[in-house]
Amino acid sequence: MTAIAKNGPMKASVASLFSLRGATGPLVGLLLLSAFLSFATDSFFTSRNLLNVLDQITVLGIMAVGMTFVILIGGIDLAVGSVLALAMMVMGYMSNVVGIALPLAMVLALVVAAFAGVITGLLITNFGVPAFISTLAMMSVARGLANMITDGQQIVGFPSWFNLMAIVRHGGFLTVTVGLMFAVFIAGWIFLRNTTGGRSLYAIGGNPEVARLAGINVKLMTIGVYTMSALLSGLAGIVLAARLDSVQPSSGFTYELDTIAAVVIGGTSLSGGTGGIAGTVIGVLIIGVLRNGLNLLGVSPFTQQVVIGVVIAMAVAAEALKKR
Amino acid sequence: MATKTEPPILSLRNIKKSYGSLEILHGIDLDIHAGEVVALLGENGAGKSTVSNIICGTIAPSSGTMTWQGAPFAPANPRQAIDCGLGLIHQELRLLPYLSIAENVFVGRWPKKPGSIDRRLMEEMAQEQLQRLGLDLPASRLVEGLSTANQQLVEIAKALTLNARLLILDEPTAALGGAETERLFEQIDRLRADGVGIIYISHRLEEIRRVADRIVVMRDGDKVQEFDSGDVPVRTIVESMVGREMGRMFPTFPQPRPETVLEVKNLCSATGAFEDVSFTVRRGEVFGIAGLVGAGRTDLVRAITGADPIRSGSVHLEGREITPRSPAESIRHGMVLVPEDRKLQGLVLSHSIAENIGYANFQSVAPKGWVRQRNINAFADRAIGRFGVKGQGQQNADEMSGGNQQKVVLAKWLAHDPKVVVLDEPTRGIDVGARSAIYEIIVELAEKGVAVIVVSSDLEEVLGVSNRIMVMAEGREAGILDRSQANDVSIMELATS
Repeated sequence: MTAIAKNGPMKASVASLFSLRGATGPLVGLLLLSAFLSFATDSFFTSRNLLNVLDQITVLGIMAVGMTFVILIGGIDLAVGSVLALAMMVMGYMSNVVGIALPLAMVLALVVAAFAGVITGLLITNFGVPAFISTLAMMSVARGLANMITDGQQIVGFPSWFNLMAIVRHGGFLTVTVGLMFAVFIAGWIFLRNTTGGRSLYAIGGNPEVARLAGINVKLMTIGVYTMSALLSGLAGIVLAARLDSVQPSSGFTYELDTIAAVVIGGTSLSGGTGGIAGTVIGVLIIGVLRNGLNLLGVSPFTQQVVIGVVIAMAVAAEALKKR
Repeated sequence: MATKTEPPILSLRNIKKSYGSLEILHGIDLDIHAGEVVALLGENGAGKSTVSNIICGTIAPSSGTMTWQGAPFAPANPRQAIDCGLGLIHQELRLLPYLSIAENVFVGRWPKKPGSIDRRLMEEMAQEQLQRLGLDLPASRLVEGLSTANQQLVEIAKALTLNARLLILDEPTAALGGAETERLFEQIDRLRADGVGIIYISHRLEEIRRVADRIVVMRDGDKVQEFDSGDVPVRTIVESMVGREMGRMFPTFPQPRPETVLEVKNLCSATGAFEDVSFTVRRGEVFGIAGLVGAGRTDLVRAITGADPIRSGSVHLEGREITPRSPAESIRHGMVLVPEDRKLQGLVLSHSIAENIGYANFQSVAPKGWVRQRNINAFADRAIGRFGVKGQGQQNADEMSGGNQQKVVLAKWLAHDPKVVVLDEPTRGIDVGARSAIYEIIVELAEKGVAVIVVSSDLEEVLGVSNRIMVMAEGREAGILDRSQANDVSIMELATS
């Protein structure tokens, strides 16, 4: 009557020990990739370069946390790159054209970004527009608004402390932006692991009707997830502005694809219900290390695109094969 | 009329079907002659649909042989059966609403002229067929907006253009009114005169006399009786359908207490699935809901527990109006629905048992919204022990047998001691052992004073567990029977009224 898989309980306990939720494959891939680059180049395995990698992945890392939530519930968010640009432009315009204090402008930028997420969430839950379409629409609207603010022009001239947040390494290694990324990682990880809200996302992704009948407010959670994804895109926009010391409406173009790629490489299934932040961090690191390593090896940007495409396909194919 | 001297156009000999170790069809023999209408009757789950699906090639029999117009017949898929001249008209219609009647009739085999579809030829041919069936509509009209009866006729037209010699009509009148039904029967008479053989599956026993030449009754995967005339008293058919099965044991149920826990007042479905249903359930009472498929039982209990919207009416718990608008609200008030489909509504199959139990019990395992895996596991282990689940918390739900899955589903919703428990088909598709374990759980609930509602298509089960039984028919409350007055015949008579 019972069908206990012989290695079932063991497998589960090992996985929960590392809490990778099926991200062991990507972790092995990341380690192999790093080992290879350490031998192939002189400069990869130096503290300076590794800190550079961390700086380079901050924007992607922050957005990928929100995207993990979205993909966990079986959704998709194509608007993240555009919302990032919109938040940047709102911040730049408010601080340098309207003239309010920069911290206040940041808050406004986050509010606008979150509002975009609420709209997308409502479109999905209350108007029955599929996530793919409603975020596609928001992608277009947010990009257009970002351009309208300055008629496509960039804004420069922020206070010096703003740019220094992305440059000064406190304690010799941690910039404010990297610290922020770590904080988002940890908060996302705790949310998914240790709160009923986080657990509900797994239930919704597993089967929304089961979740609803179990008493989970699926609509509210869905709106919340898209709001969080947009909010984190806005935050990533602020981080990008600090790194560039300028804002421009063309920023974040095609970032949605990188973000989805990082999440999926990290083992979160596009069909929803499985995955987690640990895997996403690994996915983000794989993309960051790969870009960095290919640059160090002197590979041309065009070839890099090909390599990254192949890696995405291989990572997901390997996971799919493992499941069979 | 059929003449028995001619060989049958279709014969089934000793057809069996098993899923795993469970045999659901125990060797069926059946003959259909040209120009006769055979009514195939039986309770839900008797095996009628399995038989028609085997004939149509939708599912393959485990053993046995079929003969079609004198030659061996073993369709590997529906396409082959259709090519041989069989037509199945499904209970749910499968027409494409945004195509014309003619396009639907010829879907996938549109008459062609070089480079394109020959629309005119197609519409002429379809029109001819519609006239033959007495359907006075232009073949170029879209299917969208056609009445159900007319859609049935379009389906039949489709089957006839395929030169069907045998039609299987599965519940063709389920959605039809009196006049429409009569028109369908006229067409059936016409087809019979043309020498088409018809297998007619229906739950409406009164209409059998009007339409059938012979009756075949099935029960629990067996052919139990054959009548050589359609003119058999309904009572005789019902007795044959329900039979007198031996040996099923039900535990003794306690007497309900006097206080009313749940009161449902004039509830109407937002979709029209049921109208104006009222009843009360007392503390410690097991209230059965019986009826045929499509009578609105599941719709009713889903609406009561907030899973489906209502148009009007109210739900009262312990004298207070609660009328839940979502499952979450219902659960908060202490009223839970254990849904009918454990695989699609009860469990996230790819997640562990512990997680599944946790999803419905966040209030208990994480009262402040803060989850610890240890608490979930401990809570799940207790629930697993209490409900006798054979398995471990870390196991995935899809690794378990149906009976065990059902116990997990029960554990999931009963773990935090609700006041009202609604069980929709609690023992469907599970074995005898797990069944009696579930009956024991129901007894335990009743003893604790929980008001239990059991929806079941299994008549014996409803009779065995309920203190009172409400019978539904076509979305109406056909009557409430006390345990002392209820028997299978009285229920079936109400259900087919």
